[in-house]
Amino acid sequence: MRQGGNRQTEKLLMERSVPGRVGVVLPDLDVPAQVLPDNALLRNELPLPEVSEPEVVQYFTGLSLLNFSIDTHFYPLGSCTMKYNPKINDEIAFQPGFAGIHPLQPAEQSQGALDLLYRLQEFLGEITGLPAVSLATLAGAHGELGGMLMIRAHHLANGDTRRRKVAIPDSAHGTNPASAAMAGFDVVELASDKDGNVDLEALHEVAGPDLAGVMITLPSTLGLFDTNIVEVCRIVHEAGGLVYGDGANMNALLGRVKLGELGFDVAHLNLHKTFSTPHGGGGPGAGPVCATRQLAPYLAAPIVTKNGDAFELSTPEKSIGKLSGFHGNFGVLVRAYTYIRTLGGAGVKSISGNAVLNANYMMNALRGTYHLPYDRTCMHEVVFSADLQKERGSSGLEIAKRLLDYGFHAPTMYFPLIVHEALMIEPTESETKETIDAFIQALIDIDREVTENTELVNNAPHTTPVARLDEAKAARQPNLRWQPEAAD
Amino acid sequence: MTATLSDTTGANNGDHFQSHYIPSTTGEQAEMLAALGIDSIDQLFADIPVEFRNPTLDLPAPLSELEIQRELGGLATKNRPLASGPSFLGAGSYNHFIPAIVKALITRGEFLTAYTPYQAEASQGTLQVIYEFQTLICNLYGMEVANAGMYDGATSLAEAALMACRVTKREKVALASTVSPAYSAVIRTYCQSQDIAVETVDPSALNLDGETACLVLQYPNFLGYIEDLRSSTDAAHDQGALAVVSCDPTAMGMFQTPGHYGVDIVTGDGQPLGIPASYGGPYVGLFATKQEYIRQMPSRLSGRTVDKNGKTGYVLTLQTREQHIRRERATSNICTNEALYALASTIYLAAMGKHGLRQVAELCYHKAHYTAAKIGELPGYSLPVSGPFFQEFVVQCPAPPAEINRKIMERNILGGLDISEQVPDGMLICVTEMNSKEDIDSLIAALVEFR
Repeated sequence: MRQGGNRQTEKLLMERSVPGRVGVVLPDLDVPAQVLPDNALLRNELPLPEVSEPEVVQYFTGLSLLNFSIDTHFYPLGSCTMKYNPKINDEIAFQPGFAGIHPLQPAEQSQGALDLLYRLQEFLGEITGLPAVSLATLAGAHGELGGMLMIRAHHLANGDTRRRKVAIPDSAHGTNPASAAMAGFDVVELASDKDGNVDLEALHEVAGPDLAGVMITLPSTLGLFDTNIVEVCRIVHEAGGLVYGDGANMNALLGRVKLGELGFDVAHLNLHKTFSTPHGGGGPGAGPVCATRQLAPYLAAPIVTKNGDAFELSTPEKSIGKLSGFHGNFGVLVRAYTYIRTLGGAGVKSISGNAVLNANYMMNALRGTYHLPYDRTCMHEVVFSADLQKERGSSGLEIAKRLLDYGFHAPTMYFPLIVHEALMIEPTESETKETIDAFIQALIDIDREVTENTELVNNAPHTTPVARLDEAKAARQPNLRWQPEAAD
Repeated sequence: MTATLSDTTGANNGDHFQSHYIPSTTGEQAEMLAALGIDSIDQLFADIPVEFRNPTLDLPAPLSELEIQRELGGLATKNRPLASGPSFLGAGSYNHFIPAIVKALITRGEFLTAYTPYQAEASQGTLQVIYEFQTLICNLYGMEVANAGMYDGATSLAEAALMACRVTKREKVALASTVSPAYSAVIRTYCQSQDIAVETVDPSALNLDGETACLVLQYPNFLGYIEDLRSSTDAAHDQGALAVVSCDPTAMGMFQTPGHYGVDIVTGDGQPLGIPASYGGPYVGLFATKQEYIRQMPSRLSGRTVDKNGKTGYVLTLQTREQHIRRERATSNICTNEALYALASTIYLAAMGKHGLRQVAELCYHKAHYTAAKIGELPGYSLPVSGPFFQEFVVQCPAPPAEINRKIMERNILGGLDISEQVPDGMLICVTEMNSKEDIDSLIAALVEFR
């Protein structure tokens, strides 16, 4: 890891505080001072730091240099789609005409914003083949909750109160069962078959009158396109259930297939993955929900509708209600719109093509060095197992940590849960062949190190700002905020 | 864009499109395909049933960066930015001063384009920021523990209500009528599917029962006024219920903290802390509670620990609460939150500090009270709500507020929120440090003229 300047970052803000320092100068009061409320209503102490502006800038810049990021490092993180985040998208979103507008100002004063949101609804409907779109949900898991509440509302509207069960493949991301539970469903795990597809026999077993629906990630977190998918949708529909699509892996499918045409009823997209909006160290995201016309009345409020030449916010007829304070993560939506508009249809399709080509190229180059539990053409990501290396003394975790020393972020580890020692690698379309080749070489070199110098691998990382951290201590004696010594 | 749209039809549409975001050239693609022993990208998609493969994709033709700046610059001019004239709209999204350093720092690629800090060794910057954020939010609200942030103020409050149900093992939420209608709607959506009853209660005449999981309040309330948190919190505790309060962080620059009154869960929207209005998002939800409820909290937590050499470092901790470990038994489904805006709030609080935040709060207070007094003197206008308030207050207008707002917009003044559904001819006016005396006087003049 590069050395990032020599500004100290160890001391925390409260420890840096020096009485009398100020970080901002504000204008004087320009109206007559008013009577203050009863003193009992006012606080005496405001324990915030006293630091000057240069210190704030230097401290946070110093902290930033302790991070890996897409602009500084390759992130082969499976199912996270850490692609390049175009700078023009940020510039557009930060314009005063977008960043400086109030969510409750009248529609006449927000026509540009509403027009953009309306167009984005149309784009996402076109891309997914699910034309009814709400942009109001603020992250992938939030979209899942919205979509599952729509499924619930659909069954209840049909007077069908028995459908309490949702089936979710064992390869699913943890948010799927958590979202289904938050939407009030009982979760049943669905096994995968030997090819990584949904096991149709297992599906038949749960497809009864109590099945509300299934949640499917396509391609799955194994990086595989489920060749039974049309049959899966048919079985669920025949049983009266609906099919939810987790769009976390849409980067593989852009322009190649539409979820709506395959039989999905409702899906969410992760704009902070597929549509290039920056991940921000853990958000903001945006998780729009796309559904069939049949489910349109249930969409989360608000949606943007067009009335003559004017755009307005409206609440769908049987809406599940509001899921967020205002109208969605507008700044993220502006970025995604800009991205799609920059690429057009052919560009959008070139994303999936290059992402899938890069992943298969990587799979092919590492086949033989690392165990490949599902050896078939992969989509945008490939899942290896470090079982072979573990036999020689280094687990998937240790290999992942060693990659940090080579200047690469670790892959997604130990996920999906159905693969031993899983290393899930997603190169995305925005990496050069040189980077991909260097990453392949690093994994080959580490495999050799496992044999020749196991300790070197098992004590990694050696070059990061801190070595491996004591997570057990962090959980056993939680220290979650700074407190003055005296208060300890 | 110098797009090589050599092949825009048929199965290969897109495979040879040279985008400036995608480095691979046709030649490099050919090398990679050769390594795989195939000759087209389309062959990699053979698992997709052929009848569904390569559907038509009806999107507009691509624009170059120059063109997109023009097109979206044009769209942006159809909106009225808050800074383009006097603005008195609040109601959950507030127009406050943002120091230049906030944007300068959050747009550093090392923060902006980093992933969630699961790999602690490669994410110490983000993890230490979250720890700082947790510390400052605790200090602001007078609470013992805060998480790494939620989606927004509304979802924070809804998740707090769900958490109170888990803590008390009860299934009824008492929701004060003075909580934001939007926040109340989100609470209802979150509670409906879990068979949790939501009852609206008058916070000035509480009559809670022993089945109630929590009392949900807003401070200052939706109309801007300071409620008696002490007696409400005591009333909740008397019935074994938790007190849950959504609190404007700017008000904490001068008003007593919810923690001081014994509130159990404090939430809020971090937007006033250095985040632009941005038509409603992205913001960040604030969430703080007492130490004893830590294992029932939703969302991420950064904890301080040591590395194997004894050096201080930070990790995501107590993750067994979360969806990626606990799946359907997690405390919440939340995963991606709003880390970048937690960072923005942390930078804002660091820069404002002890004196700056107090000064902001006092500027808002004095300007709002000056404005209220002036409007109260105008013929036809009155202030129907009494009691202490912070930066927002209710005005009863001599005509429908929507009509008045339309008229004052002719002078490029953005009026307050029309709340005639709650208060007849009521307008909720917000005044912050961004409103100069000149702005305020122009509002007063316009109100007189257009009443």
